[in-house]
Amino acid sequence: MDLSTLRGLSTLLLMLIFIGIVVWAWSGKRKKDFDEAARLPLDDDPAIAVDTNGGLDSAGEKKQ
Amino acid sequence: MDRAQTYNDTVVRQFTIMTLVWGVVGMLVGVIIAAQLLWPALNFDIPWLTYGRLRPLHTNAVIFAFGGCALFATSYYIVQRTCHTRLFGDGLAAFTFWGWQVVIVLAAITLPLGLTQGKEYAELIWPIDILIAVVWVSYAVVFFGTIAMRRVKHIYVANWFFAAFIITVAVLHIVNSLALPTGFLHSYPVYAGVVDAMVQWWYGHNAVGFFLTAGFLGMMYYFVPKQAGRPVFSYRLSVVHFWALISIYMWAGPHHLHYTTLPDWAQSLGMMFSLILLAPSWGGMINGIMTLSGAWHKLRTDPILKFLVVSLSFYGMSTFEGPMMSIKTVNSLSHYTDWTIGHVHSGALGWVAMISIGCIYALVPKLFGREKMHSIKLIDWHFWVATVGVVLYIASMWIAGVMQGLMWRAINDDGTLTYTFVESLNATYPYYAVRLLGGLLFLSGMLIMVYNVWRTVKGGVAERTAVMQPA
Repeated sequence: MDLSTLRGLSTLLLMLIFIGIVVWAWSGKRKKDFDEAARLPLDDDPAIAVDTNGGLDSAGEKKQ
Repeated sequence: MDRAQTYNDTVVRQFTIMTLVWGVVGMLVGVIIAAQLLWPALNFDIPWLTYGRLRPLHTNAVIFAFGGCALFATSYYIVQRTCHTRLFGDGLAAFTFWGWQVVIVLAAITLPLGLTQGKEYAELIWPIDILIAVVWVSYAVVFFGTIAMRRVKHIYVANWFFAAFIITVAVLHIVNSLALPTGFLHSYPVYAGVVDAMVQWWYGHNAVGFFLTAGFLGMMYYFVPKQAGRPVFSYRLSVVHFWALISIYMWAGPHHLHYTTLPDWAQSLGMMFSLILLAPSWGGMINGIMTLSGAWHKLRTDPILKFLVVSLSFYGMSTFEGPMMSIKTVNSLSHYTDWTIGHVHSGALGWVAMISIGCIYALVPKLFGREKMHSIKLIDWHFWVATVGVVLYIASMWIAGVMQGLMWRAINDDGTLTYTFVESLNATYPYYAVRLLGGLLFLSGMLIMVYNVWRTVKGGVAERTAVMQPA
């Protein structure tokens, strides 16, 4: 196999990988998982922990 | 409350505050060297204050101190929130903070003293390089340890970008910094000649691609949806964006070495990959901006969102400009001129700094137990001052750069050069003045921010925040 064939094949392989990623990302099976993942930044507003340790918590974090 | 049940926000707060401190310092040094180009006497004939020594101090301070602290702060914040778990290794996380600050202080001492390896963006001498490597590996352990402990199924896309940034920067830094020490303060690189140049720009361009792009895209994928109150426009696109961007960026470095002794095929390869990079870059930009579709009205009232969206616009602009400048014929005009400086700052001020600023405005109230920033009006002021500053900076450098390129290549009928170098320098002075004004405006914006953050933090309560229970 000469070098040009190898170059051609490697280009083809990379293109197939790219198309594979696109097909995988847009497949209907992934939709539910992706929708869940996309909610992660929005679902993370938790209640503030109540600090009862007079300004210093157990981690030694000083109140500002 | 059990410590494991709360987020480790101490380290996030520390890095957030230091982002501001180093931002002001780094940009101030930038303003000083911009003034030196206009008035060379400003180095006062003191070796430590000469342009050649302060310029690397400026680049290191804004990229690794300001940008680095912003990346540490946001990545530590985001990885905990999106993994619903406390940061792995409290002690190690604290070590990354103090270790990184020591690196910055050592840089601020050695660079003015003229101690340098002479590699752009990798100037620091080998003992500091070793400390950087140790801190960086610790960062990787903390970050990936947290991902491993996550209590949700998915690894959110922002964490993918941070992960790529952390791994790649470790590889780039270690490979490019390999050196043979001749003493405690001096070393020779293990590479020689054009191979050294290629390794350096493989490092240099990927420092742009991974330190200044992938990491900040991680911020973007968390804070733009958060601030807009809606999920990212297309999660599928974000996945393709990620894999395409990280696999293509790696090969674009040779465009820094056009028309040098680097083999022609390598130059063309660098140019081709740079051109292809436009696609994933704009895919990411569109994904970020389109997240606002249906929420555009928020831009009118929320200056934080303005910072985020305008930073994406600058990202789109500079990632169009970059591929264009990598075309060899364009590069023959633009290379070595101030056009390059303009391009870098449209990315560094417009994209990197503005998205960091937006994210920090979003973070500070959460970190210090406040409902919102002290003054929304001052954020708006900061936004406009910064935007005008960037526009003045890049517009003046575009004009100066194209003018320099044209003057340098102008040839008389008899084959002699039309202009001497010093004539082109003379013609550049007015643009250096405009650039200085732009830089001053951007720095003033940072000072407005420092005041606003100080007023917000003062009297605030650094509360411990409970870890979110997985749904």
